[in-house]
Amino acid sequence: MIIANNVTKQYGKLKALDNVSVTCNKGECVILIGPNGSGKTTLIKCILGMAIPDSGFITFDKKNINKDWAYRAAIGYMPQIGKYPENMTIGQLLGMMKDIRNTQQVLDEDLIVGFKLNSLLHKRMGTLSGGTTQKVSAALAFLFNPAVLILDEPTAGLDPIASEILKEKIIAEKDNGKLILVTSHVLSDLDDLVTEVIYMQEGKLCFHQSIEILRQNTGEEKLAKAIATIMLKNA
Amino acid sequence: MTDILRSRIMIIYTIVLLATSLSLFSLEDNANKGLLSLLNIILIIVPLFSLLFSTIYIYNSAEFIELLVSQPLQRKSIWLSFSVGLAISLSMAFVIGIGVPVLLFQFNAIGFLLLIVGILLTVIFVAIALWAAVQIRDKAKGIGLAILLWMYFSLLFDGFVLFLLFQFADYPLEKPMILVSALNPIDLGRILILLQLDISAMMGYTGAIFKDFFGTIAGVTIAFITLTLWIIIPLYFSTHKFNRKDL
Amino acid sequence: MKKAILILMALIFWIEIFANIIYVGPLQKIKSIRSAIHIANKGDTILVSSGTYKEGNLIISKQLTLIGKKYPILDGQNKFEVISIKANKVVIDGFKIYHSGTSNLDDYAGIKIYDSREVVIQNNILDDTYFGIYLQYAKNCVVKNNQLKAYNKGEQQSGNGVHCWKSDSLHIIGNTIDGHRDGIYFEFVTNSLIKANTTTHNIRYGLHFMFSNNDTYQSNSFIANGAGVAVMYSNKVSMLANNFKENWGDAAYGLLLKEISDSYIVGNVFEKNTSGIYLEGASRIQMNHNIFKNNGWAMKIQASCMDINVAQNNFEGNTFDIGTNGSLVLNTFNKNYWDKYEGYDLNRDKIGDIPYRPVSLYSMIVEQNPPAMMLFRSFITSLLDKTEKLIPSLTPENLKDNTPLMRKAF
Repeated sequence: MIIANNVTKQYGKLKALDNVSVTCNKGECVILIGPNGSGKTTLIKCILGMAIPDSGFITFDKKNINKDWAYRAAIGYMPQIGKYPENMTIGQLLGMMKDIRNTQQVLDEDLIVGFKLNSLLHKRMGTLSGGTTQKVSAALAFLFNPAVLILDEPTAGLDPIASEILKEKIIAEKDNGKLILVTSHVLSDLDDLVTEVIYMQEGKLCFHQSIEILRQNTGEEKLAKAIATIMLKNA
Repeated sequence: MTDILRSRIMIIYTIVLLATSLSLFSLEDNANKGLLSLLNIILIIVPLFSLLFSTIYIYNSAEFIELLVSQPLQRKSIWLSFSVGLAISLSMAFVIGIGVPVLLFQFNAIGFLLLIVGILLTVIFVAIALWAAVQIRDKAKGIGLAILLWMYFSLLFDGFVLFLLFQFADYPLEKPMILVSALNPIDLGRILILLQLDISAMMGYTGAIFKDFFGTIAGVTIAFITLTLWIIIPLYFSTHKFNRKDL
Repeated sequence: MKKAILILMALIFWIEIFANIIYVGPLQKIKSIRSAIHIANKGDTILVSSGTYKEGNLIISKQLTLIGKKYPILDGQNKFEVISIKANKVVIDGFKIYHSGTSNLDDYAGIKIYDSREVVIQNNILDDTYFGIYLQYAKNCVVKNNQLKAYNKGEQQSGNGVHCWKSDSLHIIGNTIDGHRDGIYFEFVTNSLIKANTTTHNIRYGLHFMFSNNDTYQSNSFIANGAGVAVMYSNKVSMLANNFKENWGDAAYGLLLKEISDSYIVGNVFEKNTSGIYLEGASRIQMNHNIFKNNGWAMKIQASCMDINVAQNNFEGNTFDIGTNGSLVLNTFNKNYWDKYEGYDLNRDKIGDIPYRPVSLYSMIVEQNPPAMMLFRSFITSLLDKTEKLIPSLTPENLKDNTPLMRKAF
């Protein structure tokens, strides 16, 4: 579904992405991991069209995304830190997003209900706590039933209950045949839903394997340990 | 849009404008003099506020812009709607703050011109602010650039003009000055209004030349086209830049 | 004593008996003024009834009194000088004089006095005349309460309202003059009084004064003329309690003083003029108790002036108080009220403790470099002026009022 082809992106002297090629398919839940500054976020930005690759290209459903914008209708994005116009209420934000998408589709309001956002609709974004803002971000990402969900550090800042609700939602959507792309450094959190692991370091793609193969290769049941083993091997 | 309108700073701006213009008109026995004092506010405060507010707003909305970019929207339309939103909100603040008192005390062609020039200046400096904000990623530097631009347009440019005038004092500079005035929207706006205020007589030969030019329909049209260009050109460049910017 | 009274009475009777009254009118036996003048004797009175008289040029060469009843109209048919006075003690009272001829060779006028004394011209209405009332080599004449109106045909095609040339001891009082070239024109006129006249919308000057000494003009209003008043190459002129108003335009002044000396400017009001007073080559002039209000420049003093003493005046709402073109200052400013003064008065003697500098840096800049007017009312110029006030460097060091008043002088 998403194919990145030799994507390179440079910020000044820093190579944020160095010749990265990735293929992600429907029904997968891909986790992007790697230390800070390894290029996870840049890769996501390239996929979302926020950053434009210096060389290489990315296709979405076999179409090059360069200079296209309509493909983003099939993506739900939850940013790492959501910041919204301070004086807008949650209700207005949702309304605006609905206007932008302008879709006839049935809306997926599971998370809005799950997070009990309905009672907060009149609250201004500026007055919300970080956690609540994240809930809004998550709810927005899932709202339009997108075929692809890109979640940047989704569980950071969420309380355990909310985190659990979100995880269940992710699993449900994966089972619905959607592609879910998650970045995270908190590995243990997402153990039970991941199907593929992409590990990045210094802008390079270190490996991309399905979780089964990873477990077999390393003999480790836990994702975190499996990765630690790999890293040790590489070192 | 509503976000900008509800912003507390925006409300304060409107009230401050309203208060100053009302007090200026009621303090001055002569409404024309009130208008002149207002002119100074329009030429100094309005560009400064438009620049700063717009720049800061764009920087504060950086993450929101990212989110919008991730939506199925053309970047151009995102950027333009931000510009339009800022321009309309600031213009509304201006119209309420300055426009209402002006129309109350000076309901005539000059008051009307003052309003139009003020609105144009507001929009021009929104466009310039957006251009500045899109150039620089760092918020502090961006605001710095905005202040620098304001200094340039309201002070340095005129200083430079003064310098040139003295350097080339032996040449007839009146006509080139018309061209020079087009290079600074604040100057252009000021001259347009001053000529209507009957002060052109004081400006002697220069005033006469200016009046010959700006007094005609063609001259005024050209002046307004120039002012419009001051909106379109920065907006075009900022949109162009935003289109290929990495967020 | 009785004898004296008798003689006096006899004299009065004599005048009664010998000064005839001649009636002229459409219903009278004598229908034309010309024939009335012809048959009249010295000292006679001609009473003219209302009606329109087209009699070309009337020449009065003997002492006569012409009185119009209900403003009879004398029509010059755009061809003639209407009345020419060539005798002493002539009185012209109560006529409407229309359409004098226009000529570049002869200065045709509505009424012209040639080389005569003690002529009185009063209560006439002059409309569309080339020159209005013209006096040459006149002495002890009175021009009073006339209304003159012309229709601005450009400086070449239009003459002056009251034109006085080589005359002495004239009284020009209470006239209104509108739309001529110069409202009142004085050249080589001495010992005369111009009082309570109103001149408006004249193309050049409201009052034009050249080579005329020992004259006084007072309580006149000069409003919206090309320039208010020009006083040039004269001395000992008193300008008292006049109103100089709305002389607004390129190179327009309330009062232009050029090469004049030993004069007084007292109690006048200068309002809404581009320059209130413009002085060039003037010397020994006292200016007191004047009001300068809402002018572009209250006063422009060229460096060629000296001993101008400016005291006890009010300066209010002028864009620039004083403009000058040089650094040499031989004039004094004392105890004036300046509304732009920002000083303080610690000892409460109503006199500011620090001097006021009425010349702003920007006005100096404009004087040297007129295109700099482009920056009028810009931020930079007000900034320059503020700095200059704190650290004077370019404005003339001595041009200051050391004793500025905290309150209006009067």
